[in-house]
Amino acid sequence: MSAPEDIANNVRMEGVLVIGGGFAGLCAAIEARRRGAAVLLAESAPPALRGGHARHARNFRIAHEAPLWHTPGAYPPAEFEADLARISDGGDAVLRRVLIAESAGIAAWLEGCGVRLQAPDVGVLPFSRRTAFLLGGGKAMINALYATAERLGVGVLYDSDIVALAPAPEGGWAVEIAAGAARCRVTARAVVVASGGPGADPAWLRAHFGPNADRVLIRGGAHSNGRLMQKLIESGAGAAGDPASCHMVAVDGRGPEVDGGIVTRITAIPHGLVVDRHGGRVEIIGAAPGKAHYAQWGQRIAQCPQGEASLILDAEGVARSLPSALPPIRRPSLEALAAALEIDAAALAGAVEAFNFDAPRPIVRAPFAAFPMRAGLTFVHFGLAVDADMRLAPNLFAAGMITAPNFFTRSYLAGLGLTLSAVTGRRAGEAAARALV
Amino acid sequence: MPLSDPSETERILNICAACMYCDGLCPVFPALTGRDDDIAHLANLCHNCRACWYACQYAPPHPFAVNAPAALSRARRQTYADHVWPRILRHGFVQPWLGAGAMLAATLLTFVVLVVAGAPLAPGSGAFYAVIPWGWMAGLATGALVWAGLSLVVSTLRYWRAIAAGPKPVPLSAALRRALSDIVTLRHLDGGGPGCHESQPFSRRRKWFHQAMAGGVMLAFAATLVAAGFEHFFGAQPPFPLASWPVLLGLFGGAGIVVGAAGLLVGEARMDRAPSDAGESQLNVSFLIALELVALSGLALLALRDTPAMGPLLLAHLSLVVGFFVGLPASKAIHAPFRAAALLRAARNEKPKTRSPAEL
Repeated sequence: MSAPEDIANNVRMEGVLVIGGGFAGLCAAIEARRRGAAVLLAESAPPALRGGHARHARNFRIAHEAPLWHTPGAYPPAEFEADLARISDGGDAVLRRVLIAESAGIAAWLEGCGVRLQAPDVGVLPFSRRTAFLLGGGKAMINALYATAERLGVGVLYDSDIVALAPAPEGGWAVEIAAGAARCRVTARAVVVASGGPGADPAWLRAHFGPNADRVLIRGGAHSNGRLMQKLIESGAGAAGDPASCHMVAVDGRGPEVDGGIVTRITAIPHGLVVDRHGGRVEIIGAAPGKAHYAQWGQRIAQCPQGEASLILDAEGVARSLPSALPPIRRPSLEALAAALEIDAAALAGAVEAFNFDAPRPIVRAPFAAFPMRAGLTFVHFGLAVDADMRLAPNLFAAGMITAPNFFTRSYLAGLGLTLSAVTGRRAGEAAARALV
Repeated sequence: MPLSDPSETERILNICAACMYCDGLCPVFPALTGRDDDIAHLANLCHNCRACWYACQYAPPHPFAVNAPAALSRARRQTYADHVWPRILRHGFVQPWLGAGAMLAATLLTFVVLVVAGAPLAPGSGAFYAVIPWGWMAGLATGALVWAGLSLVVSTLRYWRAIAAGPKPVPLSAALRRALSDIVTLRHLDGGGPGCHESQPFSRRRKWFHQAMAGGVMLAFAATLVAAGFEHFFGAQPPFPLASWPVLLGLFGGAGIVVGAAGLLVGEARMDRAPSDAGESQLNVSFLIALELVALSGLALLALRDTPAMGPLLLAHLSLVVGFFVGLPASKAIHAPFRAAALLRAARNEKPKTRSPAEL
């Protein structure tokens, strides 16, 4: 840590510093600015990669009693509450009710910020009565929110790393920010920490996920590394959740190490056979081939030798599958496919034969195809404990996925991440603005 | 050498098909889910609004480096080169400056031929046919127009044959209505609602300027037809009075072209280069400049027809018109019938099937 005299710029602001330019940080910044606060937003990514995990998001979950132009049917709060309770061990029921109640206002708030939603009769995605879809997806929303924040006069600092955060002797919080070679110390009356959980930190993964941690691919951006969260816990902030529990899905092993997002997901597992690198069949005992199968397979593949497995399909299995970002490896015979995957041919042939014995759709028609798979980590069920104002300490607030374990502790519900970020972000921004008065 | 690398376009569209976040932006993405994903068709269905570029979570610096607008722009230029007739014109799309050069050369050649044939370069005013005899004027203009029309029609039919295969569940009459409405409203230039991107933020400027220009071209064309009718049926001789149909149509048409093409040129200058194909930009700019010159020379002729400048201006305008039409088949003009064909092809398909529910 630098001594104060090394720091060229010492800025004292009578406003709110928001750390993290993802969805929650943007919501906090806009909400605080609209309430009259001076706001500075520090985003760790460069402009092209701004927006955190929300860049890869598509929809958000909302409670509603009647059809809306963007979300048909109804999703009553009680049903939302029951869904949320199923993925929560303990946790804070009051906070969950806040989340559900305020989810109903997100769509209108976003539209007021220039964000476009998609009508259910447009496009090819199945509509959902539980979630509203963003036109063009999360990055289009993030672009609109940055434009709105800048129009409102929120200052944005890109490529900024938080080096230190501590109570300032004169009140408020002193935050040391490194932006490239430049350093500055911002003393703000209130701070909102919306910098994400530890998803993309290899050191964290090695510490909590065992020997195959290095084989796990990160689905979110490289900048959502949770280091500030860890610093805050070291300096006494309350933790929430389980550091060794995470949401993982089966992803294409040829995808990028970080930032794979939605498209590297392997969706074709129900159409074929999964084998490990020794050719042994990999199964999930009692798995129902329902919607959540991705999440079960992520954990299962992480436990395979070297954290990898292959999905074997025949020509019909490929035909039944949804389009994939990377085409499968195709070979005219199972032997050639085994060679391409560097799996013992006899072992693979044995696994396929055993599979075909009772499979409703056996693997018989050439050409044969395979997707090499690894586990893809979405987020970790661990973060900071907050109260209903998203407060961590006086004038220090948290928002976004860093607060997720206050609401749920296992698995995931489609569209929950954005909903949680919007509600906690707006609440934290509002509370931070109130703290200035 | 191909203009567009089909395997690279395929790689990008595979990622788009797996992602499908852009399915509400335009019909290109929904078409990827069916088997109706012929690149030659999609390339012209894309209106280059670039909404998908700004929305793309996989755009560079992401290692997937998805740039759908640029890939489709290159594929679009490839369809022009692959289907234009006569085949020699393909060079005008491989090397866009060749097309512009052809327009310029035809303009200069017409000018020289007219002068050699005896058109007076000396100042004159009054009757147009005293400057250039009716036979020359009608012959040159009609010849150039017939050439351009024939080439564009044959090129478009060649392209239509390439994309029109496959099931067509929607009857042609209904599809024609929908395609016509898509052409008039340029609906797919809206990026799913907010408008298109010259640069951020999005707006509808490009659409309005384009339609001002396209409408202007139609009015100018109507002016010519009406003038020909006046001469043929009523024996009237140009120049016509200011308050006559040919002059008014020409005046409004010319103004539409001048304003529309200028707005589009400004847009080209401001446009984000990353999601662009440089060759397509060259086609755009050379076409817009040529059309702008035709319109400006026509308006100047109208304004100064009672002055001694009339003679040289008439020569210049006629030469520019002839050069423009001679070069038209190898210019950006080809995008209009090709896009209309792609819209008709799309309109003949039913709405693509909705996907089965997936966890997000």
